Amino acid sequence: MKLPAFTKELTRYPSAMIGLFIILILLIISIAVPIIIPYHKAVDMWRGSENMWYQNPKFAAPAWLNIFRRQKLAESLAISTADGEASKVVTVNEGGASTTTEMVFTFDYTADVFPQEMILYFKSTFSEKQPFVSITWLTPDGRELRVGDFAVNRSQAYWFSQDSKLVRRLGGMDPRQGLFLLDPKAEVLRLVKGTYQLKVSALNFEPDAQIDAEFVLHGQVSGWAGTDHLRRDLGVALLWGTPIALSFGLVAALATTVAHMAIAAAGVWFGGWVDELIQRLTEVNLVLPFLPILIMIGTFYNRSIFTIFGAVILLSLFGQSIKGLRATFLQIKESGYIEAARSYGASNARIIFLYLIPRLIPLLVPGLVTAIPGYVYLEASLAVLGLGDPVLPTWGKVIQDAQANGALYKGLYYWILQPSVLLMIAGLAFAMLGFSLDRIFNPRLRGI
Amino acid sequence: MSGVMTETSPKNPSLTANASGSNGALLSIKDLRVWFELRKFGFGHAGYVRAVDDVSFDVAYGEAIAVVGESGCGKSSLMKTILALYRPTQGTVVYQGHDLNQLDSKGLKWYRTQVGYVQQDPYGALPPFMSVQRILSEPMVIGGVHDKNQRLERINKVLEEVKMTPVMDFLGKFPHMLSGGQQQRVVIARSMIMEPKFIVADEPVSMLDASVRVEILKLLRGLQESHNLSVIYITHDLSTVRYFSERVFVMYAGKIIEKAQVDELLKNPCHPYTLALLAATSDPDARNALTFKEVPPGEPPSLVKPPPGCRFHPRCNKMIPGLCDVQVPPDFSVTPGHDVACWLFRPEGA
Amino acid sequence: MDTFSSNDKKLLQVKNLKLYFRTTQGPVQAVDGVDFELDYNRAVVILGESGCGKSSLAKAILRLLPRNVAEYSGQILVDGSDVMTYDEERFRRDVRWSKMSLVPQAAMNALNPVLRVGDQVAEPAIIHMGMKKAEAFKTAQKMFQNVGVPVDFLVRYPFELSGGMRQRAAIAMALVTSPSLIILDEPTSALDLLTQANIMNVLKRIKQGFGTSYILITHDISTSSELADEVAVMYAGQIVETGDAMRFFTSPLHPYSQKLMASVPRLRGTQQPDFITGQPPSLINPPTGCRFAARCPSRFSACDQDPPVFEKEKRRVKCWLYS
Repeated sequence: MKLPAFTKELTRYPSAMIGLFIILILLIISIAVPIIIPYHKAVDMWRGSENMWYQNPKFAAPAWLNIFRRQKLAESLAISTADGEASKVVTVNEGGASTTTEMVFTFDYTADVFPQEMILYFKSTFSEKQPFVSITWLTPDGRELRVGDFAVNRSQAYWFSQDSKLVRRLGGMDPRQGLFLLDPKAEVLRLVKGTYQLKVSALNFEPDAQIDAEFVLHGQVSGWAGTDHLRRDLGVALLWGTPIALSFGLVAALATTVAHMAIAAAGVWFGGWVDELIQRLTEVNLVLPFLPILIMIGTFYNRSIFTIFGAVILLSLFGQSIKGLRATFLQIKESGYIEAARSYGASNARIIFLYLIPRLIPLLVPGLVTAIPGYVYLEASLAVLGLGDPVLPTWGKVIQDAQANGALYKGLYYWILQPSVLLMIAGLAFAMLGFSLDRIFNPRLRGI
Repeated sequence: MSGVMTETSPKNPSLTANASGSNGALLSIKDLRVWFELRKFGFGHAGYVRAVDDVSFDVAYGEAIAVVGESGCGKSSLMKTILALYRPTQGTVVYQGHDLNQLDSKGLKWYRTQVGYVQQDPYGALPPFMSVQRILSEPMVIGGVHDKNQRLERINKVLEEVKMTPVMDFLGKFPHMLSGGQQQRVVIARSMIMEPKFIVADEPVSMLDASVRVEILKLLRGLQESHNLSVIYITHDLSTVRYFSERVFVMYAGKIIEKAQVDELLKNPCHPYTLALLAATSDPDARNALTFKEVPPGEPPSLVKPPPGCRFHPRCNKMIPGLCDVQVPPDFSVTPGHDVACWLFRPEGA
Repeated sequence: MDTFSSNDKKLLQVKNLKLYFRTTQGPVQAVDGVDFELDYNRAVVILGESGCGKSSLAKAILRLLPRNVAEYSGQILVDGSDVMTYDEERFRRDVRWSKMSLVPQAAMNALNPVLRVGDQVAEPAIIHMGMKKAEAFKTAQKMFQNVGVPVDFLVRYPFELSGGMRQRAAIAMALVTSPSLIILDEPTSALDLLTQANIMNVLKRIKQGFGTSYILITHDISTSSELADEVAVMYAGQIVETGDAMRFFTSPLHPYSQKLMASVPRLRGTQQPDFITGQPPSLINPPTGCRFAARCPSRFSACDQDPPVFEKEKRRVKCWLYS
């Protein structure tokens, strides 16, 4: 069937159009993501330690969940003077030997609950004398609270919740709550929403000493995908999982389909012991325990995605579809035009590749498309079983992490649901497209 | 199922390779046997299917021969052996003096350009995913016509000869876009494209409509006359035989039981089986509805264990006990050119 | 032969039968206003080439419709009552296989390969006549004898029977409920010459012995003459000529019938067969006016209009030449 007629035919199936649309989006993501976040960077990010992801809270849900909640959760934020998000004014004091650095961190707080954590990170350069900082908290309703005064080191983190003096000053209330309450000592506690300001005044005792600070607020939600137990933004894994899932699925499906076709064709055409051998190999393969062998390879040898991928292909090479393909080939082989080709002297290779196989392509294309989800799920399943590539961020890996960290038990549904839904959508898209292709290429199914 | 060579072909002194046929024939078939081995469970030997058994005949240049018989008589196996798709178990097929069995692969390739094949099912004979142009190019590409322009020229010429004009309209069409008659014309065109000396046509019109059959048969006849082609024309429809062939062979259970010129056969049919076939062929006549036809009882025999002696004897109402069921009848000549393999026609005193 | 007297009750009267199929390219007018009649113990042959709609006619009469029917209308009177008005259940019970049965095209491939032949042949008797299994089997045995297949084949599977025997089994299956009418769609086209003659003998014997009527649908004109009492010629979804067999085979009226008869190669006789140029029109958009006009040698100005059916000496022709 020619291309324009084919596309017109495809538009008659709404499920195919939906599937195609989703696949297109997935494809765009798959192409864009490796460009935006190159492979090595992604691996590094995923392997990253606390230092990389310190700005994120642990186990935070996606930020968009707040749209559905009446009780809004706190969003995480990080304001740094180094990036210019916070204002920083350096003035030289009289005498010229010291400088005062005024840093102001402004943020809006609109949540209905208290944040998980608040931290001030200091980075300073000096030779001998430590800078001295003075921190004040400005509430939206105009109250000014003294937070703390202390000397800072070259690299120091100040955890609001661990300052006992601050706790006392707030009447025994945890600063994570107290700083946001109208009256920490009142009977009825009311949270104040609005624009807060954190003022940090640092005194440097050396002329060329520098200080920078970063204010990090850990809310209950963070980013568009949430975070995991290592504070990693799940968005990276979800985005990067797309090209991995698609390429694994596509390449595996394509390779096995082509291999099956070639093997079945060769067996049918040459007949005799070749055919018998292939049939026996296929039958043995049917009985081989697929997953346990993969587990063994992964456990005892090497878990890299290429090894597992190779093993999957090898084990699928003599897959059971060969039997079905063989039946079809046997039928086609008896066609008149094959006999005619032999009579005008076509060679075996010519007949197999130019006469038998093209006949089968309409059968194979839908089969190929419907096989893709199977391989996508296979990759995810292997990851969940702990056989996934240890360094790559994939959807299956996310599910495995979630399971290992008791996500469902802790009620962190987003962690499991997001990759699962993505897997489902990907699978569904290919399946819908595949079934519609099947109906187009095999007209006998059209009535169904 | 491919024929299995179980015996080497006997040395036939009169047919060692010489340039022209020993008796001027295009094709000479002698004592041909095509037997297929039956295997039990893939290992044990379980007998032979004697599809073609001791068949001999000659085909002259420019001659059209009809081979008539029912299914299972061996005509397909005979035809496929002539097309070099099966190898003879015994006996020789000699084309222009060359023994097919002794041709090497290059020789076989040459032979395939010499013979064209027209099949019964026009749609099945054409690859559905190839255009007419591609279908017609294939034999040429395989046969060594490498120049694209030369190929196109030949395609144009042959399509005109089968009256598919304007040629341009048809080059890009696919088989399913053509009618049955047009498809068969493409098959015929393909068989002619390498300028063969003879054509093997296996029931070329039996799957076509009545009104188209005559057109295609006339086309084949015209091609035969203009190119001086020999045609071996296999059919079960006796009524077409007289318009499109010079000689007729009647086959039964792997043997040729009667050979004659067409008019002679229709005027003076001899073998009881031939008589039965002729009686069973109707012309459109309303009086047919008033009578029953006489049909020999039983079915054609198994080719694995054919009856001893004459293979038709179990169904023959003129069988001679002691003779027909014991000895295989040789060819007896009724008139010059008219041979019957039937003991009823043995010369007196034999 | 008096074939169209309108006073007696006829076995079958088909009036203006239409069957159109829905396709992506538009409705296929496979059966487009067909009229014909069939009396008791008579055989009518529907002659036509591929694509003329004759197989669809068989399906239309027996209401074996596919899912994409665009129109199905007309009157089918069996023994005087219009079965088109019956609902599906009544039709199944009272008409199909009780009054009329079918031997479909390539019947030998229509046998279920995993059931024994005897069971299949007995099945219509069990379903439509409510017979018990043993009784139905006995009836099947009798039918096998009628069609000339040895009775011990009843317990065999279809692949153990030859093509001819399978076709006879299919005929037995159509006979087992003793219907008044059997519709046969190309019953002998895939069979050998001698087997064909055998089957024709069987059909003749059944007609004589049981008084069955036949509608024989075929493109094989020579073989059809073995059974025909009457002939109806179908072209492009319409019946263009009907008449008794004797006069049809010697002097057909419609130009198409004439050309068809001229294209039959004859074993006995001297004329060279002729052929018809061109192709039948598509059934999706049939031409207005006479559908054969494009290929007709006797075409004239009136042929731009679709001709009505003219009656000439009890024969009917749909052609302006006979107005």
